[in-house]
Amino acid sequence: MARRPAVTGPAADPAGLYRTVALIRGFEQRAVELVRTGVIRGGIHPCTGQEAVAVGTCAALRPDDVITSTHRGHGHVLAKGADPARMMAELAGRTTGLNKGRGGSMHAADFSVGVLGADAIVGAAVPIATGAAWAMRRAGGDRVALAYFGDGAVSQGVVLEAFNLAALWQVPVVLVCENNGFATSMRPEQTMAGTVTGRAAAFGIPAETVDGMDPQAVLDAATAAVARARSGAGPYLLECVTRRFDAHHTWEHTARPRYRTDAEVAAARSRDPLDIQGARIPAATRAAIDAETAGVLDEAVRFALAGPHPDPAGALDHLYSTGLRPRAGVL
Amino acid sequence: MPWLSYLKALNRAIGDEMERDPAVCVLGEDVGVAVTYATAGLLQRFGGDRVLDTPISEQAFTGFATGAAMAGMRPLIEFQIPALLFLVFEQIANQAHKLSLMTGGQTRVPVTYLLPGSGSRDSWAGQHSDHPYSLFAHVGVKTVVPATASDAYGLLVTAMRDDDPVVVFAPSGALGLREDVDFGALAPVPLGAGRVHRAGTDVTVVAVGHLVHDAVAVAEELAGSVSVEVFDPRSLHPFDWQGLAASLERTGRLVVVDDSNRSCGIGAEIVATAAEEMRLTAPPRRVTRPDGAVLPFARDLDLACQPTRAQLRAAVEKSVGAG
Repeated sequence: MARRPAVTGPAADPAGLYRTVALIRGFEQRAVELVRTGVIRGGIHPCTGQEAVAVGTCAALRPDDVITSTHRGHGHVLAKGADPARMMAELAGRTTGLNKGRGGSMHAADFSVGVLGADAIVGAAVPIATGAAWAMRRAGGDRVALAYFGDGAVSQGVVLEAFNLAALWQVPVVLVCENNGFATSMRPEQTMAGTVTGRAAAFGIPAETVDGMDPQAVLDAATAAVARARSGAGPYLLECVTRRFDAHHTWEHTARPRYRTDAEVAAARSRDPLDIQGARIPAATRAAIDAETAGVLDEAVRFALAGPHPDPAGALDHLYSTGLRPRAGVL
Repeated sequence: MPWLSYLKALNRAIGDEMERDPAVCVLGEDVGVAVTYATAGLLQRFGGDRVLDTPISEQAFTGFATGAAMAGMRPLIEFQIPALLFLVFEQIANQAHKLSLMTGGQTRVPVTYLLPGSGSRDSWAGQHSDHPYSLFAHVGVKTVVPATASDAYGLLVTAMRDDDPVVVFAPSGALGLREDVDFGALAPVPLGAGRVHRAGTDVTVVAVGHLVHDAVAVAEELAGSVSVEVFDPRSLHPFDWQGLAASLERTGRLVVVDDSNRSCGIGAEIVATAAEEMRLTAPPRRVTRPDGAVLPFARDLDLACQPTRAQLRAAVEKSVGAG
């Protein structure tokens, strides 16, 4: 099995933030193409447009901090430092993937850089991150956990229960709501009574709303939230107001449900984190980063496609940590 | 020799493991005062950062335990009633159980879920009387149902040392049992190793949990006319299929008594596997709860849904007669 060196998470300087936004954007463009050509099966949930949240928050974390992610998790996983080539191989279902092809887009995990995994059940990872944060604090040190979830998740009971535990036990967890304005097709005004920050207020968790299209604004807010959690002062909630430019899921490219107007999409695209952060660095630097990123991603696709498909005989490898072998379906 | 109660065995197993391994912690509702007794004295011995009284938030603290386990702890969760497992099925079956495979083996989730009081509790009605072990065996979560005090100790210790999620069902019908046992002889019992409580040559009765004691009683009633072997699988997933096959080599006849619903219950799986793969000289039989049963409140109605010794005896006699 090819083991590639881990790539570090996003640098917190303006060029570093831009580089990670560009990496995620380019990664997803290539991944969408691979879905269309049938290399990636099952489809993906692109986070195109939302990169600033992943980049700004992960730039505030240390390599030994951990995150849990969502079904729309490519940006989080890459921003935390996972190797884009092994990530692409995972999406393509190869043994060289982060999860050896067992997880795919919605479950990408890389424990070597603190990615405990993306979770496909809305809100389900929030208590998991809370428990991990509690255990890390018990073990000593000052590591924190960060849980991503969407605006749809704040109506999940388990998320609110986790807020209660986090606040009650002053757990070092940073709660990051990516409010992208749509729970699949449903707008917050259709799904949410009250507000995201109001949910936090009910549990005594400090919260703020930030511009989730601006990597620097997210970084500034996340730096304070992470420092607070690290100091032992308990959880903090960041509501990052952002927009996804693409579909909920690549299946939407086929089914084409209509739930937002062209004008809304155009308005969202007019505030592109790539341009917002790109404007903060010299044009030559931006061009150099773009070229470098294209090379990294070309290599990622090459690496992914070169990876072997898993042996069907090993379909249930890793089902049990203890190596218990399940009975076959046909004897 | 001293008498060990089943509940004390559970309590002793948790205490011994907490003593042995500082990563073991206990989470649950009212575990501090130990309303079920299973956690008695643990808060005083190990303190509030290892014995955590939780809010009434089963879904959150079950997911919380998953995260804590992924970060190095070995949590045991106590649920006061088995129906709470329906509430947290997502957190166990869809999260804790799946994470090892989905991550390609990057993590393990050593959480133990303890149900001290599963099954009918004698008129606690519809939402307090389920015995849902078949559901967990079906989805592949390691599932344990000890019948005796020493097995309760040994299987719970093993569950807590296991690197995968394990659900331990302590049947309410067994909680009051006591066993004459040397405490020094208490030892871990491996998962997937059945136990023959009584040897026999005519028919194998596979009994789950507290029904082992009913099966032994029926075997004694029939001694002289029918030689009954009583096989207790002890863990339902993994299941000791080799042990069952060896027993059926001796007897060739099978009756399963299982306090779960008939359709898709573990009894159905035992019968199906025996029919496919093992030596049977007579049609296998099952004694179970009715299909889709919800236990009613009135005592006579509650009892009417549970497998009885009379039903088991009749099934054994039919099995032998058909041979």
